[in-house]
Amino acid sequence: MTDTRFTGTTTYVATDDLMMAVNAAVTLERPILIKGEPGTGKTQLAVEVAGALGKPLFEWHIKSTTKAQQGLYEYDAVARLRDSQLGDDRVHDIANYIQKGKIWEAFASDEQPVLLIDEIDKADIEFPNDLLRELDRMEFYVYETQQLVAAKHRPIIVITSNNEKELPDAFLRRCFFHYIKFPDKDTMARIVDVHYPNLKKNLLSEALGAFYRLREVPGLKKKPSTSELLDWIKLLLAEDIPPEALRSDDKRKAIPPLYGALLKNEQDVHLFERLVFLDRGAGHQ
Amino acid sequence: MLIPFFYMLRDGGMNTSITELLTLLEAMKRGVAGTSVDDFYYLSRAALVKDESQLDRFDRIFAAYFKGVEDSLGDLFQELPEDWLRKQAELMLSEEERARIEALGGFDELMKALRERLDEQDGRHEGGSKWIGTAGTSPFGAYGYNPEGVRIGQHGSRHRSAVKVWDRREYRNLDDSVELGTRNIKVALRRLRKFAREGAADQLDLEDTIDKTARNAGLLDIRMVPERHNAVKVLLCLDIGGSMDDHVRVCEELFSAASSEFKHLEYFYFHNFIYESLWKDNRRRHSERVPTLDITHKYGADYKLIFVGDATMSPYEIVYAGGSVEHWNEEPGAVWLRRLLNTYHKAIWLNPEPRDRWDFTPSIKLTREIMDDRMFPLTISGLDEGIKALH
Repeated sequence: MTDTRFTGTTTYVATDDLMMAVNAAVTLERPILIKGEPGTGKTQLAVEVAGALGKPLFEWHIKSTTKAQQGLYEYDAVARLRDSQLGDDRVHDIANYIQKGKIWEAFASDEQPVLLIDEIDKADIEFPNDLLRELDRMEFYVYETQQLVAAKHRPIIVITSNNEKELPDAFLRRCFFHYIKFPDKDTMARIVDVHYPNLKKNLLSEALGAFYRLREVPGLKKKPSTSELLDWIKLLLAEDIPPEALRSDDKRKAIPPLYGALLKNEQDVHLFERLVFLDRGAGHQ
Repeated sequence: MLIPFFYMLRDGGMNTSITELLTLLEAMKRGVAGTSVDDFYYLSRAALVKDESQLDRFDRIFAAYFKGVEDSLGDLFQELPEDWLRKQAELMLSEEERARIEALGGFDELMKALRERLDEQDGRHEGGSKWIGTAGTSPFGAYGYNPEGVRIGQHGSRHRSAVKVWDRREYRNLDDSVELGTRNIKVALRRLRKFAREGAADQLDLEDTIDKTARNAGLLDIRMVPERHNAVKVLLCLDIGGSMDDHVRVCEELFSAASSEFKHLEYFYFHNFIYESLWKDNRRRHSERVPTLDITHKYGADYKLIFVGDATMSPYEIVYAGGSVEHWNEEPGAVWLRRLLNTYHKAIWLNPEPRDRWDFTPSIKLTREIMDDRMFPLTISGLDEGIKALH
C-alpha cells in the first residue's frame, strides 16, 4: 500500500471532493468512475494522477466497436493458420499468437500502474458487464494457453464516461464515483492561473465574466467548457486584446472578440448573433 | 452508526447497496477520510452515489441525517474562549456597528449577555429573536439581521464548512434529467436487433475457409466476411400534445433509448390519430408536413412500425371523414391506419395508458381492433411483449 496522496498538480486544479474520491480509490484499489460535462478534464485526470504519483500510465480508448475481450488479449488465429501452411516454427507455441491488450499490459506492470479506460459509454451496452470480474478480482483466464493472468499490483483504474449510455448497476457498485461539476468562478480563476501564470489580473476577470455570461445564454446547444476557455484566453493573449474590449456593459460591443473559440456549433453562433442583434435594437429605441 | 444512515438513504429513494456501504466502511477504517465532517461527506458521496442525478437527493438526506452532528458542533460554541469571541467580533464589526454596540451598553455588556444566554440555551436554535442560532434577529448567531449582532460560527474557520457544502445543493438541476431510466428500455429494444453483414470484410469466415481450403486440396484459402451490424429498421410514430402531455416523460425516455439503439430510425409525429400527413418538427407542424403516402413509398416494407399513443379520443376521430379535431380530413383515420398496416406487416401500438383502462375507452377498443390486437402497454414488460410481436 502506498501513502502517497493525490493533491492536484502544478497543471491540474483538483477540488477537495475530487481529491477525496481519487484518494479513496487509490487506497482501496477500486476503480473510480469520472463523469462530467465534456471539457472539464476527465481524461486529463488519469494523466495527472499518474504524473503526480509517479506511476506508469496505460490508456485504453474505447470506440463503438471495442469489445471487452480486446482489453484482455486477442488470439490471432489467422496468423497461426498461415504460419502453419508456411511451416514456420513459431506455430508450435500458441503464445506467439496471443496479443496482449491494455488491461493485460497494466496487470503485468512491475510497479502499480494507472489504467485509463476512456469514454466507456461509447462501447456496446453490455461492455461494462463483460469486465466485472476482471475489475473486481483483477485477474482473467487465457483459454488458449490455459494461463491465469493476475495483476502483479492492482492498478489504479480511472474510467471516464460522457453519459451517452447508462452503465449497469452491478458495474457501478464496484466503483467510486465522482461527477466533475462545472468549476465556479474562483476555481476557474485558479485553473486559468496554472495554465497562464502571468495573465494580467483584469484581463482574467473580464475574460471570466464574458465567459460565464456566454454560458448563461439560454438555448445554447453546446456550452463552452473549461478547455474552450483556455483556448480562447490563449487567443486573446496572442492577439493582445485589451481587457476593456471584453466588457459588455456597452450593448453595442456585446460580442466578445474571437468568440469562435468558445462557440463550436453553427446554430449556437447564429443564435448568439441574433440575440446580440435583438439587444442592440432594444438599446437604440 | 452508519446503518441508520444507510436505511435513511434507501428510504429516501436511493438504491444504495450493501457492497457500497461496506466499501465506505472499509475506506473509513483505512483512514481515507480523517476526522473532518467535510471529508466524510466527500468520501461517502464518492462511495454511495453513482449517478449525478442522485447527488441532490443524497445532499438532502445527508443534511437531514447529520443535523445531529451540526448540533454537537453548536455545543462547541459554549466552550469558545472569550478572547477568541471578542477578537472575532471585533474583526467583523464595522466602525458603525461598533458604535451601535456602544449604544447597547458596550462590548463587555454584549459579551456578558451572550454568556448568560449560552447558559440558558440548551438546544440548537433557528429563527426567533432571542436565542442564539442561525437566521434569527437576536444579537447573537449567524446569518442574522441584527446589526448589533455577534456572528458566531458563520466565519469561524472550522465551523463554516460543516454544513454548507451539502446545504448549497449544487446538484439540484441534475435531478430528473431525461436520460434517467432509459437503460431498461434500451435492453428491451435490443431484442429487436437483427444482424446483417455489411461494410469491409475484416472477419474470418471459418466455414467458408474450411470449405475452400478442402476444395483447394489443403492449400489454405482464407475467406473473410464483413462484421455483423444491427440492421433493423424502425419507423416510430408518436402521438403528441393533448392527452399525451401526461405521458411526455415516458415517451421521451423511449425516444431517447430508441434513437441511440437503432441506426435506421425514422420518426414522425401525429396528433390523436393518423391522417393523410404527419410531421417531423413540432414547431413547424403546420408548414412542414410529410404526406403519409410518401412515407409508405419512401420507407420499404422491411421497416418495423411502432406507434406510441394513448388512442384516447372521440371515436368519430377514427371512423368518420372530417372527424379530426385539427383539420378537415377527406378520409377517416381508420383508413389511413389500415393503409400503413398494409405496407408494414410488422407493426405494434404502444399505449402509455394502463391496460385495465383500455376496455372502458371506445377509441382504444377501436384502435386495437384495427391493429389486430397488437397493442401493448408502454411499460418494460409491455415493451418486451411488443418486441416479440414484431419478430
